[in-house]
Amino acid sequence: MKKVEINREYCKCCGICIEVCPVNVLSVSKEFNTSGVHPVELIGDCIACGKCYLMCPDFAIEVKEND
Amino acid sequence: MKFEMPESLKKTPQHYCPGCGHGIIHRILSEVIDELNIREKIIAVAPVGCAVFGYLYWDFDTCEAPHGRPPSVATAIKRTNPNKVVFTYQGDGDLAAIGGNEMLHTANRGENITIFFVNNVCYGMTGGQMAPTTMPNQVTTTTTQGRTEEDGYPMKVCELLSNIDYVHYLERVAVNSPANTLKAKAAIKKAMENQLNGKGFSLVEILAMCPTAWYQTPVESLQMIEDTISKAFPLGVFKDS
Amino acid sequence: MIKLMKGNNALVEGSISAGLDAYFGYPITPQNEITESMSVRMREEGRVFLQTESELASVNMIYGVAMTGKKALTSSSSPGISLMQETISYMAGCELPTVIVNVQRGGPGLGNISGAQGDYFQAVKGGGHGDYKMIVLTPSNVQEMYEMPKKAFYLAFKYKNPVMILADGVIGQMIEKVDLNELAKYPDEDEVFNASDWALTGCKNRSSRFIRSLIMEEGALTEHNYKLLEKFNKMEVEVDFEEVSTDDADVVLVGYGTSARIIYDAYLNLRDSGFNVGYLRPKTVFPFPSKRIAALADAGKKFMVVEMSSGQMVEDVRLAVLGKSEVQFYGIPGGGVPEVETIISKVKNMM
Repeated sequence: MKKVEINREYCKCCGICIEVCPVNVLSVSKEFNTSGVHPVELIGDCIACGKCYLMCPDFAIEVKEND
Repeated sequence: MKFEMPESLKKTPQHYCPGCGHGIIHRILSEVIDELNIREKIIAVAPVGCAVFGYLYWDFDTCEAPHGRPPSVATAIKRTNPNKVVFTYQGDGDLAAIGGNEMLHTANRGENITIFFVNNVCYGMTGGQMAPTTMPNQVTTTTTQGRTEEDGYPMKVCELLSNIDYVHYLERVAVNSPANTLKAKAAIKKAMENQLNGKGFSLVEILAMCPTAWYQTPVESLQMIEDTISKAFPLGVFKDS
Repeated sequence: MIKLMKGNNALVEGSISAGLDAYFGYPITPQNEITESMSVRMREEGRVFLQTESELASVNMIYGVAMTGKKALTSSSSPGISLMQETISYMAGCELPTVIVNVQRGGPGLGNISGAQGDYFQAVKGGGHGDYKMIVLTPSNVQEMYEMPKKAFYLAFKYKNPVMILADGVIGQMIEKVDLNELAKYPDEDEVFNASDWALTGCKNRSSRFIRSLIMEEGALTEHNYKLLEKFNKMEVEVDFEEVSTDDADVVLVGYGTSARIIYDAYLNLRDSGFNVGYLRPKTVFPFPSKRIAALADAGKKFMVVEMSSGQMVEDVRLAVLGKSEVQFYGIPGGGVPEVETIISKVKNMM
């Protein structure tokens, strides 16, 4: 089953993916990345719709088979 | 559908502001390039503006044109290298302000190139000044009381160029929602295919978010396009001769 | 094959035999024959010709072609060349081989359409922004208008730098005998013109490339400037000039282009009446023959510099002479043509 994968270093926490996720399973994490940004993290069951991938401006999200 | 980074994009973080539309456009453009398998035939022309650094992210041959001149640079590259795929990627200042005459005559000659025109109704790189596309009453760093008549009216490039006989394809799209982004990708693909089939001049105008210069959050800027900008700049096909 | 031709037309033939791939131009007197003749000849040769919407478009088009390693040339006259300055600076910054022809006219402003030499500073000292140099060749007859495009392209590709052919309206419009001989090949020409290791040709079988002059990393642009400066200094070896009986000369007449033709008459006349004068004609004004002029100054020669301007090249002569001997100037700006008789009388006063 495909699942969202987030590149914590690329994420700038713009919040767009959180906005467009139809099942609201994305949220701002507590940790910091090296740029001092709280990257987004998965907090529920991704339905692999890809909307977050479509709307991420920072090449930070992919939705892939998690082997 | 595949939701994985396209080959034509270099694996690197990019410099655009959080929520900037450029990142999305770079990606869907690269997806199209992968799908059409033309990466190795491309000579792209980057503008002066936020996307001047496009070549740091695009994994295909790219040159940088002086401000406003990409259509001329692309015209000459295409005419002397007809079997290459040549496109420009320009902002509203680059294309419609300083480069207006080059845009006009490149279109008028029906050059077999493709122009990707990113319209974010402001000058992003220089800090958010008024652009030719800035809307009435829109506040920018040079229209601090909002754009008035004396600053001119928003320039509608697709409508403007649609009266030119040799222009083949004009479409305005947006990247402020998943659905719109998919449509934008389809328009980009069609425009690129036009060039591959020698159909002549194609331009895709892409409404893009610029949260920083709009004094908005990235999420609010999605709505700004939905509620305001796409009203001033209606989406759709303006020419497909 | 010997023909009677205008300078402008000879330049077109020379460009074509130099292997020109593309020409872009915009109408402006006194260089129109170049654009017109290119429109016929380039199409006959199956090569790219385009009349553009402005000189801004033309210069950016040769910029684009140079990106792909091919030979492109544009021509214009003074006001049009002024419009090209920004992109010429980009060409130097990006290290692109291009050839720009300026058939100078009277200035400043719209000026007039007769020959002039008021664009020397713009060409030699850099009319665009930033520290850069351009090799500048100065033809003074129709034969050189035929031969110089080949040399210009060779130097442009050798140094990966814009090269200007700085002519003027007189040379452009003048009709003279020209030998449309096969232009000699430079020994390393094939290698010099081979751009495959840097040009943008589509990244098949190699990693992608980008060519740009925006260099933002801390200190990187300074480093790039030093690299360019080294290249500009190396151009010194390309200096070229014609020199006649300067050894026993008391006064050396110095002039380029049309002014060189005028001072040559004065030179012959003065020599006939027993005056020891010499003649020195720069065929490149960058690199400028400073070393040679300095040597002549060391040998006690005086100089009479003649230009169709208010005096621009004379400053480079003065820089070379550094006050060691007398440097006089006689020139007429605004499209005027210096008089042989005036030169003769002025030189006599220097004796």
